[in-house]
Amino acid sequence: MTLSRRSALVLGLGAPLLLVTRPASASPETMAEAIRDFTGGAEPAEGRVTLEIPLLVENGNSVPMSITVDSSMTAEDHVAEIAVFNERNPLPDVVRFRPTPALGQAVFQTRIRLGDTQKITAIARMSDGSLWSAAMTVIVTAPACVES
Amino acid sequence: MSEALVSIPATAAAGEVIEIKILISHPMETGFRPRADGSLVPRDIVTSLRCVYHGATVLEVDLYPAIAANPFFVFPLRAERSGEIVLEWTDWQGEVHRQSGQITVG
Amino acid sequence: MRALLAALSLGAAAAGAGAEDRRSGFDYMSPQTQAMQADDTANPGMLAVLEGRRLWDAPTGSSERSCSDCHGVPEDMRGVSARYPAWDEISGGATDLAGRINLCRSRHQDAPALAYEGPELLALTTLIGLQSRGMPIAPDPDARLDTWRARGDALYRQRIGQLNLSCANCHDDNAGRRLASAPIPQAHPIGYPIYRLEWQGMGSLHRRFRNCMTGVRSTPADLGSEEFIALEAYLMKRAAGMTVETPAVRP
Repeated sequence: MTLSRRSALVLGLGAPLLLVTRPASASPETMAEAIRDFTGGAEPAEGRVTLEIPLLVENGNSVPMSITVDSSMTAEDHVAEIAVFNERNPLPDVVRFRPTPALGQAVFQTRIRLGDTQKITAIARMSDGSLWSAAMTVIVTAPACVES
Repeated sequence: MSEALVSIPATAAAGEVIEIKILISHPMETGFRPRADGSLVPRDIVTSLRCVYHGATVLEVDLYPAIAANPFFVFPLRAERSGEIVLEWTDWQGEVHRQSGQITVG
Repeated sequence: MRALLAALSLGAAAAGAGAEDRRSGFDYMSPQTQAMQADDTANPGMLAVLEGRRLWDAPTGSSERSCSDCHGVPEDMRGVSARYPAWDEISGGATDLAGRINLCRSRHQDAPALAYEGPELLALTTLIGLQSRGMPIAPDPDARLDTWRARGDALYRQRIGQLNLSCANCHDDNAGRRLASAPIPQAHPIGYPIYRLEWQGMGSLHRRFRNCMTGVRSTPADLGSEEFIALEAYLMKRAAGMTVETPAVRP
């Protein structure tokens, strides 16, 4: 059996193995609505927020994410809240951070779940009320040879 | 019961920004997972995390089902004075779990 | 001459895969997943180790004996998991580490067997596996294991399932290529129990075998079965000399 025939067989018969019944998901509209709720309708400016997620993810169950906000974190000028939203998970919210100047810096790492290739948006609200955002699209693949 | 691995430096210079890491043992059941019979496994997640330093809350985190199983966070803290750094997290049942470390600042 | 000896000592290792060509599944992972494994404060396998330490010290069974009562501290288990599967004199067969723990429980602690894929047994095998981390895989030299390894070798090469594929078809012939967007590793099980991102939890090698068998649409053998122990024994001989990574993280 040549490789191409074998791999075609595997891909052809293997595709149903990777199908997962998915509940109703968020959508770009749901994400936009959740963002509007957070910002009170105001439009965030792009900048000051750096969102780092691997462009291509091995497994959507555990995706490393890092958010940095350019801020000196003083009492007069600091990040008050950071909210992260997604487009295609069942819920639009991912996580919220409420830092204080006592942290000294605004850089956070965590691991999140992504159910599909989608856009992720991080929005920072500063102590002066200004809003800043960053977004990126992440490609989510899955490993082969799963349980069911 | 082993609940979390917390990493806090033992010492720091005054004013130095240190890194705190926490890895919580928790399945973070989303509530969206179907069983074989089609019913959903009920939601069971850690809902919030808090860091307290010298009696003041310095960070609050709201967790949603999109946080991966065994929640992991890394965040900064400016070391000002020696004392206790407390990590508290609240689970779906409303129970508060606590782990702390001592830091010597000088 | 040295190359010839190396090839001979690897025995039934796949054609073309000399010792220098062997790569851990670690090498095929993204830098972020590698970092997750390498950092003991970020690796969820270390949560299983924490639980394992608690169980190690806990009296159990009607004997009310703990592992520590006979075995001292977990660190005294250094090098143990690197030998497994090993020969068990009393039962007259090969056993894997999980099986060995259950034999200890029944023979010395008067305690019931732990479920193969349950959290307690995974915690204990992870704790013990960690004690061999960084050491070379050094299979039990007992010659009575040879028939088990030969059986494992045959199983490794046997086509199974509706897709009619053998382990060797993917893991020898196509290692490094991609299957459904994921790189195919060489299948050296040097980091078990692993924290598999797909499982969102810890799991054993036998669980992973079952995933593969399901993947080729074959009926999977049972956890702890002689078939899986034989396959494991073969794979550990094939991986001899590679470095133990337990607890590994894998996608």
